Amino acid sequence: MIFKVFKKQELARLYELLAVNIIVGPVNRGNDRNSNPLYDFDVVYDFDELALDYTQTMHSPKRFVLPYQETLSSFVMTHDGWEKHVDLNVYKPLVFFGMHACDINALNKLDLVLAQSTYPNPYYMGKRKNLFIIGLDCDPEPQCFCRSMGTDSAVHGFDLFLTDLGNKYFVEILSATAFDLLSQISCKDPSAKDHALYKQITGKKSKGYTAAVETSDLTKILDLEFESKAWDYWGDKCLSCGTCANVCPTCYCYGVDEHIDLDLKHAGKTKSLHSCNLIDFAKVAGGHNFRPTSASRLKYRYYHKHRGFVEAFEEPLCVGCGRCGAACLADITPPAVIASVRGEE
Amino acid sequence: MSGQLSYLGIPLVRPKVGFFELSSCEGCQLQLLNNEATLLDFLNLVEIVNFREGMSERADTYDIAFVEGSVTRKDEITRLTEIRKHAKILVALGSCACFGGVNQLKNRFRDLDWVKKEVYGDFPIETMEVHPLADFVQVDLEIFGCPIKKEEVERIVTDLVVGKTVRHPEYPVCMECKANENICLFELGEPCLGPVTRAGCDAWCTSNRRGCWGCRGPAEGANLNQMKEIMHIYGFSNEILLDRLECFGGFASFADTVRSQNKKTPARKKKS
Repeated sequence: MIFKVFKKQELARLYELLAVNIIVGPVNRGNDRNSNPLYDFDVVYDFDELALDYTQTMHSPKRFVLPYQETLSSFVMTHDGWEKHVDLNVYKPLVFFGMHACDINALNKLDLVLAQSTYPNPYYMGKRKNLFIIGLDCDPEPQCFCRSMGTDSAVHGFDLFLTDLGNKYFVEILSATAFDLLSQISCKDPSAKDHALYKQITGKKSKGYTAAVETSDLTKILDLEFESKAWDYWGDKCLSCGTCANVCPTCYCYGVDEHIDLDLKHAGKTKSLHSCNLIDFAKVAGGHNFRPTSASRLKYRYYHKHRGFVEAFEEPLCVGCGRCGAACLADITPPAVIASVRGEE
Repeated sequence: MSGQLSYLGIPLVRPKVGFFELSSCEGCQLQLLNNEATLLDFLNLVEIVNFREGMSERADTYDIAFVEGSVTRKDEITRLTEIRKHAKILVALGSCACFGGVNQLKNRFRDLDWVKKEVYGDFPIETMEVHPLADFVQVDLEIFGCPIKKEEVERIVTDLVVGKTVRHPEYPVCMECKANENICLFELGEPCLGPVTRAGCDAWCTSNRRGCWGCRGPAEGANLNQMKEIMHIYGFSNEILLDRLECFGGFASFADTVRSQNKKTPARKKKS
């Protein structure tokens, strides 16, 4: 890893250098009913639009690599057959300006399934390979349990990572593109004082967490507690609305729908992100539903994330961002659910 | 109207359709005519033999009857029964036909004669308690919404013509609302029935920062008790919840339950 430091005012110059590309970053989207600011990722057109001091965005950055809805192929009917058109929906490289460690790790987890599996997903790969990611440090918020998931810092999956040292940024450089880019702004090698400051700031962050999930032997405990009453308790609350999966940076389950246009001359295949909590998620041809109760659906969401995925990849399919719990109107949060299943509440 | 309809070389029958309205604003039918961009394709797909909003000719030789509106007069029962006799498929078009719609709001008053006097004064007309179509005839397909979403109707009509199974989303509006990356309206201090209302509208109202009023009726397995709990947690009274639950009739039975727990509102008149 190469480390550098640069003065804060240099960041606007870095932005200008990258501004030939589409830039996506955190933006303010107004205030909630308690006057707290709300943030989301969006395309920005000016450095001043970026809200770099953002607290967690309401929605994850996944839609830029995994849109909620995407046309996989379209068909034009001819007199004796059809023509098929495939568009990977990648038009330009994308610069992510200011992504927290949890979301960088979320993309790394999506890679395990969508990029590094036997059959990589070209729609995902096309977008993922065309990202330039600038990471940004953050302070733990009440819903954050990334430290429990081992995702509170990012070790790969970004080009640059910035840590705010007060009047300057401490920079981790991970790609040649990032190194070349930094040569165009005024950068210095970090001093011993910068190192000390960096360690002090990251050390303070690691002590700031208020939420946690106990992960010791969790795969086994989930197996033991398959019939736990805790699932029914949370199932009774669950609205089966799919909000948790939609705001989740790592949920990738989807359904494919085929439609014929009104003119009967065109048709298409559309992929839509789905959620395992939705009532028809496990409904199969013939009408049988393998998971008719909300408790069983909610349970399998936790089994996929904290058991199945861990057994397959040695890490959970969760980065502890806490968006699912924050967005859940029924206040179902992973720390509370897992604690109750473990019998610790 | 061009010649033989076909898809992938397989000939299709162009169904004869009729559009009818009982007590309603006819807004659902207007929605269909509104879509100029696809209107010609729509007219090519079906043969319309009866459509008061769009043409003068009338015929009773239809395969599919789209019936908008609710039943509020005795003569409408007769008319509906006639339509049912002619149609192979009867479609309830819009919330009035499916649940009674806005019209059924009057059902919550115990004294319907008083309602009649309030509305019509000294010029009374024959009117009764409001009913959805399914109270009198077999309904083969329901198209929800107030108004209906034309894109959805076009998809359903295409499915009917090519013989595909017509499917409605079973999950609630939240799913589509989040996919539009909206800010949750509860977060902004607005009540919303999105967590329990059937999706398919692409979160039409909530994407425009208007809380859902439940016009499409309940989602499959809607968690209504939790909805009530959420309204209370976010500081909305039972009255505010009831306003929304009662508005279109899709949540009538749950509204009854909430009202019975809420003594301030008069009890719903029992159906005779």
